[in-house]
Amino acid sequence: MHPWLPFEWIAATRFLREGRTQSLLIIGGVGAGVAGIAFMSALLSGLQANLVKRTLSSQAHLVILPAEEVARPQRDPAQALVQIQAQRLRSIDQWQALRGRLEKLPEVAAVSPVASGPAFAVRGDANKSITLIGIEPEHYTRVIELDQKIVAGALRVRAGEAVIGTELARDLGATLGDKLRISTASGAGDTLTITGLFDLGNKTANGRNVYVGLRTAQSLLDLVGGVSSIDRAVHDMYGAEALAQRIAAETGLVADSWIKTNAQFFTALTSQRVSSNVIRFFVALSAAFGIASVLVVSVVQRAREIGILRAMGATRGQLLRTFLLQGGIVGLLGSLLGSLLASLFLALWRTLAVNADGTPMFMIEVPGSLVLIAAGGATLVGVLAALMPARRAAALDPVVAIRG
Amino acid sequence: MADPVLRLSGIRKSYQSGDSELEVLHGIDLTLQRGEFAALIGPSGSGKSTLLNLIGLLDRPSGGHLFIDGDETSTLPEGEITRLGGQRIGFVFQHHLLIPAFTALENVMMPLLVDRGRPDAAMRERAAALLAGVGLADRANHPASKLSGGQQQRVAIARALAMRPALVLADEPTGNLDTHTADDIFALLREVNQREGTSFLIVTHDPRLAARCDRIVELVDGSIVSDRPHAETPG
Repeated sequence: MHPWLPFEWIAATRFLREGRTQSLLIIGGVGAGVAGIAFMSALLSGLQANLVKRTLSSQAHLVILPAEEVARPQRDPAQALVQIQAQRLRSIDQWQALRGRLEKLPEVAAVSPVASGPAFAVRGDANKSITLIGIEPEHYTRVIELDQKIVAGALRVRAGEAVIGTELARDLGATLGDKLRISTASGAGDTLTITGLFDLGNKTANGRNVYVGLRTAQSLLDLVGGVSSIDRAVHDMYGAEALAQRIAAETGLVADSWIKTNAQFFTALTSQRVSSNVIRFFVALSAAFGIASVLVVSVVQRAREIGILRAMGATRGQLLRTFLLQGGIVGLLGSLLGSLLASLFLALWRTLAVNADGTPMFMIEVPGSLVLIAAGGATLVGVLAALMPARRAAALDPVVAIRG
Repeated sequence: MADPVLRLSGIRKSYQSGDSELEVLHGIDLTLQRGEFAALIGPSGSGKSTLLNLIGLLDRPSGGHLFIDGDETSTLPEGEITRLGGQRIGFVFQHHLLIPAFTALENVMMPLLVDRGRPDAAMRERAAALLAGVGLADRANHPASKLSGGQQQRVAIARALAMRPALVLADEPTGNLDTHTADDIFALLREVNQREGTSFLIVTHDPRLAARCDRIVELVDGSIVSDRPHAETPG
């Protein structure tokens, strides 16, 4: 009997220790539930992070485009017949000033101007349509980690140089050091040397994207001094859409976030999160019922002891707290056991789910914050589950209880 | 003169049974002075246990007044009643009724513990002294469930004395024990009575034991039919 513990703690721990088998079984049950939740959460967040990372490997979080051109009728708009205007490739007005402003926003991690447009890549008899993307590599790599995706050569796009995808290289039968002719619809053309090959993990991007220096693209696309979009990385990628709307409202330009351009994908992520929450809720509920049923039995078994304690002067409040504590202790111990089990499962998972080269398919781990949340949540669930049995214990009539 | 330890005046108790009310105690008047050692006898179903539960503040009377140490209890709220009962009245039950999850020493400490909320060294010393007083100093750290019937009843007596109550209520304290052990336990109660001046009210079926009390109160069908001092000299 520890001198610093109040009566309720002493009685709660003694009762749990006395009913050892029951206590261990229910702690094991809560542990299994918590392990399931923790494992599933870690797996899902790892999977989602991996999917998001792959999706964003060739996309900026946020892209700013020039405002669309709209034909404005000069007479009464209701009577005028307005033909939808074709959108030509244009530069963003005063993009240098805008870039300066965007860089100062606290939410923005990096800003990179891009001049991009359609073109053809020609080599010998092969002829492919491509997207020509003019970049400043030192800025662009902070928005999209293109330098990490280079599989051969280097990310070097000085005048007369280009970096192409592995798929396009295969289609054109070209490799490092080979020449490539790029021509645009306006008739401009240039012969470039391939200095690097990239693999963005996306077949379409690997077959279409051709990265060149910003100036090269500007001259080929007839955008001298201009940029067609400003790509940006933000700190909070899930806040990208809100930021996009704010910027669009402030500047009058078009701002597209990755959430909007990947609406279906994002909806899938959201529904996955919702369904995992539903599973979590039901697992927590079944753990709560388990704790409650064990404590109900315990109250019935201890009716006489509860009666004696009441005859000794123990108040209803003291007995209520004793049983609530038992629920909380079971929840806490169960969650610790569950976190341990989840860590073991994940260690096992990491050895099983590996790529052919032995690297993990994707990283998953049980973060410390998840353990804390599980412990807090399970303790709370335990206390709530104990509410009904504890009230029963407190309400026992000592006379009836002692007589048995 | 000091207030009597216990004074009952017109105590009634009735239970609802279906549509009718069943009165099991019909206006009990009883006064117990400090240091009295009284037996409460009567046939089964005469209301002895009900009366004991009322006096022990485990139950509340349907009518009448109950004074403990001169304090009227019928107007006290529930929580106060529980505390008062715990502090002024000790219980010894027929079935020993220790709490098996605790050791003998901890069982003796229990009334002090629920009263003060936390254990302390003084409590432990008091409990150890009480256990020594009932001859169980060497069993202090045994789990309650591992003690023999007689030993358990001794622990229960030590527990009843923990709060230095003015009055100890004993419900058939020797009912489950063999004759030899029953004599020992009875002698122990008597010894406490004389040493500490604690009043005792002992419910018993055993005329042999009742005969060794100072006073015999007889209850039949919910009324006191006789209340006489017994001739035998104490000790």
